[in-house]
Amino acid sequence: MASQKRITKELGDLMNSPPPGIAVALADEANLYQWKVTMEGPAGSPYAGGKFDLSINLPQNYPFKPPTVVFTTKIYHPNISNDSPPNSGTMCLGMLKDSEWKPSTKMSAVLEFARQLLKEPNPDDAVETKIAEQYRNDRGAYEKEARDWVKRYASGKK
Amino acid sequence: MDSEDEFMSEPPSGDEIDFDEGTQDSDIGSLSGDFDHDHDNGFGYEKDILANPQKPYEVDYRILSPKDIHSHQERQFNEVSSIIELPPEQAAILLRYMRWNKEKLIESYMDNPEQVLEAAGLGPTLAASPKTKTVKGFTCEICYEDDPTMQTYAMKCGHRYCVGCYSHYLTQKVKEEGEAARIECPFDGCHRIVDSKSLKLLVDPSIQDRYEVLLTRTYVDDKDNLKWCPAPECEYAVECAVKKRDLNHIVPTVRCAYDHSFCFGCSLSDHRPAPCSLVKQWLKKCEDDSETSNWISANTKECPKCRSTIEKNGGCNHMTCRKCKHEFCWMCMGPWSEHGTSWYNCNRFEEKSGADARDAQARSRHSLERYLHYYNRYANHEQSAKLDKDLWIKTEKKMTSLQTQSNMSWIEVQFLDTASKALQACRQTLKWTYAFAFYLQRNNMTEIFEDNQKDLEMAVENLSQMFEKPVNELGSLKVEILDKTTYCNRRREILLSDTAENLKKGTGCTSLV
Repeated sequence: MASQKRITKELGDLMNSPPPGIAVALADEANLYQWKVTMEGPAGSPYAGGKFDLSINLPQNYPFKPPTVVFTTKIYHPNISNDSPPNSGTMCLGMLKDSEWKPSTKMSAVLEFARQLLKEPNPDDAVETKIAEQYRNDRGAYEKEARDWVKRYASGKK
Repeated sequence: MDSEDEFMSEPPSGDEIDFDEGTQDSDIGSLSGDFDHDHDNGFGYEKDILANPQKPYEVDYRILSPKDIHSHQERQFNEVSSIIELPPEQAAILLRYMRWNKEKLIESYMDNPEQVLEAAGLGPTLAASPKTKTVKGFTCEICYEDDPTMQTYAMKCGHRYCVGCYSHYLTQKVKEEGEAARIECPFDGCHRIVDSKSLKLLVDPSIQDRYEVLLTRTYVDDKDNLKWCPAPECEYAVECAVKKRDLNHIVPTVRCAYDHSFCFGCSLSDHRPAPCSLVKQWLKKCEDDSETSNWISANTKECPKCRSTIEKNGGCNHMTCRKCKHEFCWMCMGPWSEHGTSWYNCNRFEEKSGADARDAQARSRHSLERYLHYYNRYANHEQSAKLDKDLWIKTEKKMTSLQTQSNMSWIEVQFLDTASKALQACRQTLKWTYAFAFYLQRNNMTEIFEDNQKDLEMAVENLSQMFEKPVNELGSLKVEILDKTTYCNRRREILLSDTAENLKKGTGCTSLV
């Protein structure tokens, strides 16, 4: 199967030269398909200073099927669900849909895209419509709430 | 759709018409040539019947086999390809992108080829016909294999991957995602559409077949003048020029090569004489429990004060509403106080308050009875239609036993089969005449319609009776059965012609106004 070599290579690249603010590791040394990512909130966004844990699951037929990306740290963001499990932390990214996913897309691109989304939410494609509305209409309140959540859930103090 | 429908058919008649018709679409005309070679088997006989004059309740249509549909598409690819000077497989992508609007495609392509190509996912064109090759020092960006003997492939966009990955990608798109016309290059951000030549180079024959099926499906789905036969597993499509806006004036009944008869407008089984919109309305009416509320309004009354629904449970007409304690007379609906203290003495019959309530009550009762009148007859014929299958099997048995009991040949006992088919067709028509009649506006046409309906019904019952006689009597009844069969068919024709003509003129249906 193509996936092992590809995943090993991608993982190696990500560990050797990690993209800014992103750290990747295997959740379990014996399992290539389960990744644990720590993402720093981008500077200049209300998430700055926060550390967010993401759980990434690569399907067996990766890269022909898209990975699933889930925020395990609670976050106040229009595109990230804060629903109760199993939907909590799921992201609605166009590129991660079966029909739009391309096998040439790399995990580094996915992760950078996710981080970019922290900087620039996309309220038109929101999972949390209320947050999206607030983001559009009352940016200040949104930023304050987001910062509060960072303090509460993503300050790195466990 | 029920599989029973396939029995709903007359002997092949003049319905399948006109291969030479001067159609508006030039591409359709070009198709007729295909009938001349390789699969005449299913079609040859129909050409001979083309001479039949068309009846008012019939429409022009043509049956298309999967092969026809395929060559139909090919022809258009080649035609467009020769005009805009691009390879046929690229013309195919453009045509699908433009939803088969050839004129629009050629026009906009002539206007701005780059823009059209870009939008359809064909990007800038570079070189040669597709083939795989090995590339020195190549690493596949999907699997990271770098075996120098590995075959690789790239479309004209230049995004090269190993054949294994490319093929896996395409196979998954076709097989799992059911995608065909819009599969893009595997490179992230490249919207170039994978053309059929490239796909065929890379995937297994079974996937190629699936791809063709999917493409064909989009072709028929994309075109308003084409419809799939709705019968399960049937792979034929029908081409018919009847437009959606005409459906109030025409019931375009068509039949595929397997004799599945259906309405081109709504894909339900033959529902002549009732037009599609009325059928939809009727089916909904029969289905939802609006009839429950009809029962309620026919069997209960509302308290004149608080409007609670009350069903009378005793003989006394002095009603006391359980909810608001209002006292009223069940007969006249007027307040009980007006009746004085005497034991029931409803002399208030003309009282306005009571009269209104009674009127509403009567109207509702009448409407329910009217509906039930038509519904019972509709359901009765539908029930008979459901027995069609049994009837048909019985007919075959009868034919066999008649053959052994009398000295008749198989050909000679065919009259039973003909009679059985006529019965079924007439029942189907009768069924829908009742739904039709329910919505019919009362005018002098109604009487003619009802007479036609009555005549057909009588003819059907007569034939039906005769048909159920013991087998040993059937032989001697042959002439009579043949006569009655012809008469049934004629009555059906008259009814259908009449209603079809009235529909065309736009008279008759209340619901269609």
